[in-house]
Amino acid sequence: MALFEAIHVHKRFGDHVVLEEINLSFEEHKLSGIMGPNGAGKTTCFNVITGRYKPDRGQVIFDGQDITGKPPRTIAQLGISRSFQVMNVFDEYTARDNLLLAVPGVRQKGLNIVHDLANDIEFNAKASDVLNRVGLAGKEDVLASDLSYGQRRALEIGIALAAEPRILFLDEPTAGLGAEATAELSAMINRLKQDVTIVIIEHDMSFLFGLADHINVIHWGQVVAQGSPDELKANKWVQSSNLGKLA
Amino acid sequence: MQHAERWITREMLVAFLIFGTLPLWVDSVGLYSYIGVEVVIWMIFALGFNLLLGYTGLPSFGHGAFFGIGGYAFGWFQFNMMPNLWLALLFAIVMTSIIGALVALFVSHRRGIYFALLTIAFGQIFFFIASKWTSLTGGEDGMLNIKRLPADFGFVSFSLQDNTALYFFVFIVFALVVIVLWRLTHSPFGKVIRAIKQNEMRVGFLGYNVYFYKWMVFTISCAVSGLAGGLFAMAQEGAYVQVMSLQWSGIVVLMTLIGGGFVSFWGAVVGTVVFFLARDLLGTYTEAWLLWYGLMFMVLVMFKPEGIAGMWQDAVKALRRRQIVASSPSAHPVGK
Repeated sequence: MALFEAIHVHKRFGDHVVLEEINLSFEEHKLSGIMGPNGAGKTTCFNVITGRYKPDRGQVIFDGQDITGKPPRTIAQLGISRSFQVMNVFDEYTARDNLLLAVPGVRQKGLNIVHDLANDIEFNAKASDVLNRVGLAGKEDVLASDLSYGQRRALEIGIALAAEPRILFLDEPTAGLGAEATAELSAMINRLKQDVTIVIIEHDMSFLFGLADHINVIHWGQVVAQGSPDELKANKWVQSSNLGKLA
Repeated sequence: MQHAERWITREMLVAFLIFGTLPLWVDSVGLYSYIGVEVVIWMIFALGFNLLLGYTGLPSFGHGAFFGIGGYAFGWFQFNMMPNLWLALLFAIVMTSIIGALVALFVSHRRGIYFALLTIAFGQIFFFIASKWTSLTGGEDGMLNIKRLPADFGFVSFSLQDNTALYFFVFIVFALVVIVLWRLTHSPFGKVIRAIKQNEMRVGFLGYNVYFYKWMVFTISCAVSGLAGGLFAMAQEGAYVQVMSLQWSGIVVLMTLIGGGFVSFWGAVVGTVVFFLARDLLGTYTEAWLLWYGLMFMVLVMFKPEGIAGMWQDAVKALRRRQIVASSPSAHPVGK
């Protein structure tokens, strides 16, 4: 059984139907991709899955548990973590503090008003480990606002990763990155996918085709095609659309 | 030293040295001992208030209400229950916590302007209740003849009748509040509330119950305000409704902003001192001192919204940079 499933998910804003009928399933230990043209409903799909919006119909199942319409904090506590397309890092915090906040152990101590976080060796080691994994080693004490754009992207992913997720959703991780930074990011995600189940929304088709085990194509609020990258390249719909040319 | 630093910092020692010795030098700078009592009490209030404004980014414009309630609670307890300093102060803290916790239920789902407006509304409600409920609060006349109860430790008891004795008492309370709040703001809880200020949504997506944190920080802030209010009633030997007015609620906001509560723990303390200096030094020259204080606030908001603490931090940074340049060999290509 899949680790994560969305079944018959429907979402509209007023009269505007954004997700008509979405059926998705993400396998454990796999990297899945969601692609589709602008305005296809990819980000809305993420927002419904991770609890930002309630779906109007349908179900979201994680590890056999119905999480439909649960608030983001409950979904996060279950081990579902996400990054954002528009960057959502904590600018006044150093890179290390950004990650510390996401560490589940810190969250469990969240109401502790005397614990000395700065001198907690275990949590700081965890934060350093994540910084290494996202390629920000040595930037521990740099304020997030002083990091470069690419580094902030990496930090954004690091925050999601520091939450020690069972499934990690990345919303357009390459947005705004140049070719070199994209290649670095690709290498980084390739390493990450060894230990964590990942789902990526992406515009950049070559990026996704190079990484994903399984890809879902969303268009007009529906999943119009799915399969491995090779299967999709052979898919008639994909070939006849712009997406096929890009791949 | 690492271990000690977790509770006591260098900045604290400096502050304790300055305020701990204040009665020894306050006369020589043209002020008087009693003003020290009020300054230190307002510093406690401002520190509690800054948990909300500076740390969580929640602008409460009705915080004077909790300061006032603390005063009434302190007075009521000593008249009707028991004239014991510790219990009366505890009662002031508990009452403001309970009332603050109830108010927080309504405001903690809000932020920004909606939060501000709700706190103004609650502040006004309490102000009018306190004005009209004369049998309890004495209304416009105030609750009079509140005693400066002795600090009784069982084996020894200190009278706080004298302003200097009272000063040392409120100073000790201030020192304890500083240590506790410093610890709190550097704990995981403190990390979370500062993160809420920066990006509330993301904190929720990290699995934190944002509303609960906001509720809790509001309640703690009210508790500290209530403690300060109790001390103030003791200092003034009465509890008066004026401190609950919108104007006084606004003054604590001004103090905190001018001092730089957004960027520093000490902003609230510095801002309180500046306010009282402006009132008592400028006030001796002109009745319109509040005009000058207001102008200063406007200039600061326009040019340095991080306040005095922000200017200080900039100065320290600039100084460090100069030292680094001066000591780096590349700055002196000729060599030694």
